Amino acid sequence: MKIVVAIKQVPDTATQVKIGGDPKAIDTAGITWIVSPYDEFAIEEALRLKEKRGQGEVIAVSLGPDRVKEALRSALAMGCDRAIHLNDPAWANADTLATAQALAAVIKQEQPALVLCGRQAIDDDMGAVGAQLAEVLGWPCASWIMEEAVDADAKSVRVGRQVEGGLEVFDLPLPAVLSAQKGLNEPRYPTLKGIMGAKKKEIKDVKAGDLGLTPAAPQVAVKNLEALPARPPGRVIQGEIKDAVKELVRALREDAKAI
Amino acid sequence: MATAYWCIVEDDRKGSPKKVMAEVLGEAGRLAGANVEAVWLTDKASDEGIKQLGAWGASKVWVLENAAFAPYMGEVWVPALAELVAKESPKAIFAPVTSRMREFVARLAARLGAGLSADSVALAMEGDALVATRPVYAGKLLAKMTWAKTPWIATLRPNVFKPAESAAGKSAQVEKPSVKIPAARMKLVERREEVSTGLPELTEAEIVISGGRGMKGPENYVILEDMGKVIGAAVGASRAAVDAGWRPHRFQIGQTGRTISPKLYLGFGVSGAIQHLAGMRTSKIIVAVNKDPEAPIFKIADYGIVADLFEVVPALTDEFKRLLDKS
Repeated sequence: MKIVVAIKQVPDTATQVKIGGDPKAIDTAGITWIVSPYDEFAIEEALRLKEKRGQGEVIAVSLGPDRVKEALRSALAMGCDRAIHLNDPAWANADTLATAQALAAVIKQEQPALVLCGRQAIDDDMGAVGAQLAEVLGWPCASWIMEEAVDADAKSVRVGRQVEGGLEVFDLPLPAVLSAQKGLNEPRYPTLKGIMGAKKKEIKDVKAGDLGLTPAAPQVAVKNLEALPARPPGRVIQGEIKDAVKELVRALREDAKAI
Repeated sequence: MATAYWCIVEDDRKGSPKKVMAEVLGEAGRLAGANVEAVWLTDKASDEGIKQLGAWGASKVWVLENAAFAPYMGEVWVPALAELVAKESPKAIFAPVTSRMREFVARLAARLGAGLSADSVALAMEGDALVATRPVYAGKLLAKMTWAKTPWIATLRPNVFKPAESAAGKSAQVEKPSVKIPAARMKLVERREEVSTGLPELTEAEIVISGGRGMKGPENYVILEDMGKVIGAAVGASRAAVDAGWRPHRFQIGQTGRTISPKLYLGFGVSGAIQHLAGMRTSKIIVAVNKDPEAPIFKIADYGIVADLFEVVPALTDEFKRLLDKS
């Protein structure tokens, strides 16, 4: 069974981000980059599927500039078999739809039985590429999945998708697109052997032209980034707990009108 | 010329729109005046529900009622609504952020070749163009988004936009268009309901109580639930508490959990790691109780008490009880 995992490289949550000289983007100097955490759930799930079936191939795909190779290398170190890097300045302004179209073009060439991705990337939190990829491919999809099981002959997959108030369990015929929610699994750490082995695995560079694509103009664009409006200074309520609690409730009722 | 602003209806699966629709319709009304229409894909639309949408400002309600629309499946909803979009050319399509709406609207945007601003926290006209504001990079920055063309598609974060007042006199024209409904390839096996806590849903609650690592163990959340019952609050948890196995993941507030924006957030034993702040920093009033005066959450808190939460929580619950008994 062939599985494609679509991943994104994002700034580490703990990294400070600053608005760049061009206010449409952040200043990337000094940023620590990681694989988006939801994508790690997707990678882990693909690897477990392959291990359970005793055969198959897991291919990590990512779109972005040269630095994205590092993220693909991490995916290979976790155990993915090979990687494809959609690396072309023509995609520099790609929005979620252009990204989905690029991924779809690669997926059509690779013809996997299953595509996994994270529920959203934690940089722009748009959470759209998985669903848009399914639409471009014309495949069924399930988002925010908490559990997954492919049947014995790899014809369908049973998934539990998280919805408000519960879990909806669906059978989807393959091929299909799934997006991983936290709770699906616990991603592994790469072993030393995995890290060493990853250096020998293939990362193939692909340009838009190789896929017969001319990336479309983006349908949405960042006009500019802004700092958060400052919150009014807070107040630490001092005193005995009994008095502090009384004062807090009074303030919440009378000053903040929050209760 | 396209003028209508469409609001996709999120419902309770029992025939009534959720109250978050008052916010979506209210915001659409602020931008578009009378050109606001509700679009409801459902297996069951009650007359009261349709009336309610009108009272919240929809001049027209498009009712697409069919058993095939429940449960939500992207491959069924998207072609059906895309057909209506092609006929009616709305200027904007808005929906509240819920798990299914996030997928639906993204997939719809791909089918229409249109742009999407997900999880928007502000919308404004600049000249003839809509500009959306949305948090990015764990909520550390805000991005202003513009669209290349209409329809402008956006999802709206709950509890952020001012809800429309319900005007009983207003009623909506009802349209029941016929659209082609494709056969689903995916199939529902079962729906597993969560055991109800009896408290509001995290993303919809006006008040949210959150317990962090300072709660010391799963057995102690009962004191937060007791407070929740008194003030009608949802009870959530930080990632540290969820990763420790104290609470199921559905209660996690933060970057890899739920994003909330309540009127009042009360954090107990929550340190305020960046990834937690990402999920709650748009809360209107933030209260923090933590033993550690250096806890980062105090930097964004409106009110703080530096003390042991196990002393504060019971006292605070009593004080809330006293206040609410009085009023």
